[in-house]
Amino acid sequence: MSAVTDAATPTTVLEAPHVMEFPYTRSTGPVVGAFLTGLRDRQVLGARDSAGRVVVPPPEYDAGTAEAVSAGDLVPVASEGVVTSWSWNPTPRTGQPFDRPFAWALVRLDGADTALLHALDAPRDAVRTGMRVRIRWAQETTGGVHDIACFEPGEAQ
Amino acid sequence: MTETAENDTTGPVTGIVTPIRLEYRYTPGTAASMFLRGMKQGEVRGRRCPSCSKVYVPPRAGCPMCGVEFAEEVLVKDTGTLVTFAVVNVNFANRVIDLPYVSAEVLFDGADTTTMVLLTGVPVDEVRMGMRVKAHWLPREQWDFSMTNIDHVEPIDEPDADYESYREHV
Repeated sequence: MSAVTDAATPTTVLEAPHVMEFPYTRSTGPVVGAFLTGLRDRQVLGARDSAGRVVVPPPEYDAGTAEAVSAGDLVPVASEGVVTSWSWNPTPRTGQPFDRPFAWALVRLDGADTALLHALDAPRDAVRTGMRVRIRWAQETTGGVHDIACFEPGEAQ
Repeated sequence: MTETAENDTTGPVTGIVTPIRLEYRYTPGTAASMFLRGMKQGEVRGRRCPSCSKVYVPPRAGCPMCGVEFAEEVLVKDTGTLVTFAVVNVNFANRVIDLPYVSAEVLFDGADTTTMVLLTGVPVDEVRMGMRVKAHWLPREQWDFSMTNIDHVEPIDEPDADYESYREHV
């Protein structure tokens, strides 16, 4: 039975939820595939670019030279790092990492030169730029970005 | 490929599933709401044009031919005349009916528009224009605000309708 709402007066209209879902599948390519394979092993990988910087997540092409990045050239970085910027999310929506308020944070992992966006599970008054955070891994890793459940305050254990 | 990659816990990751979900609140408007409330009660409801007197099922807000708003609500019958049909030999996604089946346009008695509905209860090579049919409703406890309350139509033991009575609907 559908969840139709009916006020049952002749001038009112019916209303019902209507959900569309598209279960897209995407091929990841050699570099992103290697990055996700690393996450499955609880290891974050970055790419060293032509300027000597370590970029996380790794790009498929070098931003300076446009040369293809090789999956074999990826380097591991740490599972902890520093918050470089953040935004508080007071009213999470369906499908977001938490159903309670949390922060979106840019985190530069130790050994990396760029920051990566993810959820930070911490109290509002604990979040600040420059704070040290670590990855909270998903209980079961599957080879996707959600293998990083979120970041949380503290150093790697 | 991706499903394999997802389930393969040792080899390199080659694909991911990225579901997209859109949640709407759908409202069918006043005219279709009136029709769907009728369906919930096992009734086929329409509206009559005050200008040309034609009865639209399902109803619209106004008459597309005369350009005037409908006022009168009418109940039509769940018996009718099959005015045209197609024999379907290929199923499409999410619709699995034993092949071949007949998709029929039925002019319900009292209506001036036809409704597409599944026809069963007769071999496909015996289906013909003008056949008299009756709606087969789902069990009452399954009635919803939906046209699918009428599961299908079946032939009834009446002489075929005269072609002149439905020729404008073919």
